[in-house]
Amino acid sequence: MAEFFAETWALPAPAAYALAGLIHCALLLGIVATGAMGFIWLERKVSGRIQDRLGPTRVGGKFGWLQSLADGIKLLSKEDLAPQEADRLLFRAAPYISFSASYTAYLALPFAPGWVAFDTNVAVFFILAVLGLEVFGVILGGYASGSKWSLFGAMREAAQVVSYEVPLGMCVAIPVLLTGTMNLTTIAQMQAGWFTNWLIFHDPFTFVAFWVYAACALASVNRAPFDLAEAESELVAGFLTEYSGLRWSYFFMAEYGSMLLVGGLAALLFFGGWNGPVPIFHSLGWAYAPDETAWRLTGFLSNLAGCMNFLTKAVLGVLVMMWARWTLPRLRIDQVMSMCLKYCIPLAAFCFVGVLGWQALGVASPNDWLPAARGGAIAVRETWWWQEAAAAPAGRAGRGDESGVGADTGDVVGGTARRARIAEGAGGAG
Amino acid sequence: MAVDQTLVDKLRTRFGDGVRQAQLEGLDPWVELAPDVLVDVCRFLRDDPDVACDMLNCVSGVDFFHADPKKAAKASWQPHVALVYHLSSTRTKERLVLKVTLERWKSGVPGEPPEVPSVCGIWRGANWHEREVFDLMGVRFVGHPDLRRILCPEDWEGYPLRKDYEPPQYYHGIRDH
Amino acid sequence: MATIDDARTVECDVRTDEMLINMGPQHPSTHGVLRLLLRTDGEIVSWVEPHIGYLHRCAEKIGENLTARQWVPYTDRMDYLAGMNMNLGWALAVERLLGLSVPDKVRHVRVLMAELNRIASHLVGMGTYGLDLGSFTPFLYAFREREKILDLFEEVCGARLTYSYIVPGGAAGDLPGGWLDKCTRFLDEFWPVIDDYHTLLTNNAIFIKRTAGIGVLPAALAIEYGCTGPVLRGSGVDQDLRRDGDAWYTAMYRDYRFHVVVQKDGHYPQDHAYPAVPAEAVLGDSWHRYYVRMLEVVQSVDIVRQALEKYQAAEDEWSTPIKVNHRLPEGEVYLETEAPKGQMGFYLVSDGTAIPWRTRARSSCFANLSVTSELCQGCLLADVPAIVGSLDLVMGEIDR
Repeated sequence: MAEFFAETWALPAPAAYALAGLIHCALLLGIVATGAMGFIWLERKVSGRIQDRLGPTRVGGKFGWLQSLADGIKLLSKEDLAPQEADRLLFRAAPYISFSASYTAYLALPFAPGWVAFDTNVAVFFILAVLGLEVFGVILGGYASGSKWSLFGAMREAAQVVSYEVPLGMCVAIPVLLTGTMNLTTIAQMQAGWFTNWLIFHDPFTFVAFWVYAACALASVNRAPFDLAEAESELVAGFLTEYSGLRWSYFFMAEYGSMLLVGGLAALLFFGGWNGPVPIFHSLGWAYAPDETAWRLTGFLSNLAGCMNFLTKAVLGVLVMMWARWTLPRLRIDQVMSMCLKYCIPLAAFCFVGVLGWQALGVASPNDWLPAARGGAIAVRETWWWQEAAAAPAGRAGRGDESGVGADTGDVVGGTARRARIAEGAGGAG
Repeated sequence: MAVDQTLVDKLRTRFGDGVRQAQLEGLDPWVELAPDVLVDVCRFLRDDPDVACDMLNCVSGVDFFHADPKKAAKASWQPHVALVYHLSSTRTKERLVLKVTLERWKSGVPGEPPEVPSVCGIWRGANWHEREVFDLMGVRFVGHPDLRRILCPEDWEGYPLRKDYEPPQYYHGIRDH
Repeated sequence: MATIDDARTVECDVRTDEMLINMGPQHPSTHGVLRLLLRTDGEIVSWVEPHIGYLHRCAEKIGENLTARQWVPYTDRMDYLAGMNMNLGWALAVERLLGLSVPDKVRHVRVLMAELNRIASHLVGMGTYGLDLGSFTPFLYAFREREKILDLFEEVCGARLTYSYIVPGGAAGDLPGGWLDKCTRFLDEFWPVIDDYHTLLTNNAIFIKRTAGIGVLPAALAIEYGCTGPVLRGSGVDQDLRRDGDAWYTAMYRDYRFHVVVQKDGHYPQDHAYPAVPAEAVLGDSWHRYYVRMLEVVQSVDIVRQALEKYQAAEDEWSTPIKVNHRLPEGEVYLETEAPKGQMGFYLVSDGTAIPWRTRARSSCFANLSVTSELCQGCLLADVPAIVGSLDLVMGEIDR
């Protein structure tokens, strides 16, 4: 986009980048903020339906949209209280840390081919790393509140989230292993075609890995049955005990933001991203080819539909989280931890090794058994492993010094050249 | 085994004069005990296989006192505080009532609770019941592990279920209506 | 060096400071204004002390200033989730003193009300227990059905919570026309819903993980502390006053068939298809206390069905309750009844006037709560609500 500004309006490069950045931020903020509002509305509706309650299904204007608005006004007009015992500075900063972590992670989240604020080739890594920072806000909030309940919530959050990052990372590594890239756009594009090409259906291990990912994602965003940091019935409200009004709602927005984010990540990594179950736009020839950048209407429409597709999948993920929340009792902290250490990590590791073996042995995935479905797919799962091995000695030597995470890799290049870039990106990040 | 002549005889032979009187008529027959044998009798009632009163259902204090001298003159009793222990057996499903009569105030000094041995050593559940009686009726249970007020605030004055209790006008500056 | 076979040993070795925490009186899962003082070492609770009295309303003192009939509204404010059973306990105690027995028609209506209210109370117990464990939905499902029971009560006596319907000498009025059909319809609707509850909680893997083996109350300890009701039966003690109580009370249920829900010889009554007891559950743990309540609901539905039939068959007249200033004979009476939460006892000493000399309410929850300190020792912080919730407390009854 920056190039576009620079070319059409003849802006100097820094100004063009700043403008583009601002527009990206504004768009994403719109998505996160209205998303949170929408999700509060949705949560109310879903819980109302699940719990057979009349109120949320009747109140608040047409479809209850006024209810979220009223909620927002109420939160805005509440007094901004900080307890006397609290560490004022940290107490006030904590919600912003939490929210900005959740919001920053959106930078690397592609909504459609090319529709991403920061198309980095370590997007997966970036999102996990930045999302992991959210826990700081919670720990600080809990610690700075000067309340014992908050402290309990913060400690639980620290133990839980940090532990669950491990299996979560392992599960996320599996699609990365399969596609050979950390670039989310590429990962999604590799799953184009029929739904059989989605990574969740790639082999039994990815299928299991997705469920482990779902559990770990639920745990890392603090949703029931893993909402131990809040644990209303035990810790009053955990780290949120002393928060009110807008600051409280920042935590809330961060929570909903993260929910959508992990939902979107699941869609990108396991469910084909913006690719629908049937490759309509590919067969029409509207969809952008991976290396195409010029604007055209059919491509835009295809992207729009893809974006809708992606959002639908992400929101479905969020809906499942809500469903779980309104159905299941809460686990106990020791059970949560033992679930992570005894089940999630071994299972994720097992899946990782399984996928590795599957790839190494070149076992066919369902998509390969359906010759009719293969058409739309980009032939990415070629035996890159062997190619890489053959190309390595020559390639590595030449590439050693030109690495860098920020290197612009917005365009997607297939084949060995792309592999090379990945290796380079990972090397730079590592 | 409910309270009947056999039980009373059994108790009399064991505890002699500790068994003050027994009423076998009426809805709930009862045995009145001297305070000093209370614990022993309770232990006997719990451990005796025929009685096996393993559960203490309730400890109640009753204040017999008329503030009005005219009524007091007509009353058939001398002012006293009665403790009523309702026991039951989960095995035989029988119920038993024990009574202990105490003077209203220890050595006649108003405000000084009379004393009676605690039965906490026999039924641990007696702990709270005795605390409640102490709190509301003003009876000191000797040997109770943790005799504090339970329903009223810890700095409350007086024993509300006494017939001559006057509610305070002010409590921490809050006026009573 | 000693071998470490318990995580707590490590906690003791690595000495950390203990923290005192107040759980309550304003806490979401202390069921009202209960205050638990916890001493915790990390997540492990080493000591718990309940503090009560925040809802103390001197009901017993008030009873010494009102006549027996006038005190009825004060009784249903004790266990406000089972007002009918509270009214019934007081009414029966007063009637026992008066030697006044009620006609069969009234008796069956009383059984109807008592058992319907038992269902309602157990539903709240079940629902709030779900809430204590972080499961929100069973609570609302329970309240949905409870609403229907309250609707039935409202039609009978005009009140939804504090009924004052069952009074000494009878009940405030006969059932309105069409009520029996509504009640039957409710039972028919309610029957399949019980399976939903079992699906949502009883058989839920997380629920079992959270409750089975937690807060094990051995039978001997339960008896020693005077625990009654589902808490006692959950520990495997076969006692239900509807069968084992005073003759004056059991006469009310004399021609009813029902099972006392208790695990005997390793299994619960099998008159209906109940969910199986999970392997992790230990007799006397929180899961069993919960389970006993759920099964009692089924028994109560059976009793209500019988009561509906018997009421229709009863041919005698409706009785008139005692007058407000009805003079009580001199003497004393103590009667315990099987309220939903345990044995509710009323002790009445009369000096021969209309106003009782002493009224005393023996609260079941009071005794059930007193065992908390024993149960919670060494448990985790999250187990405290799981244990306290399984005792199904109502502070109105504890504090009176």
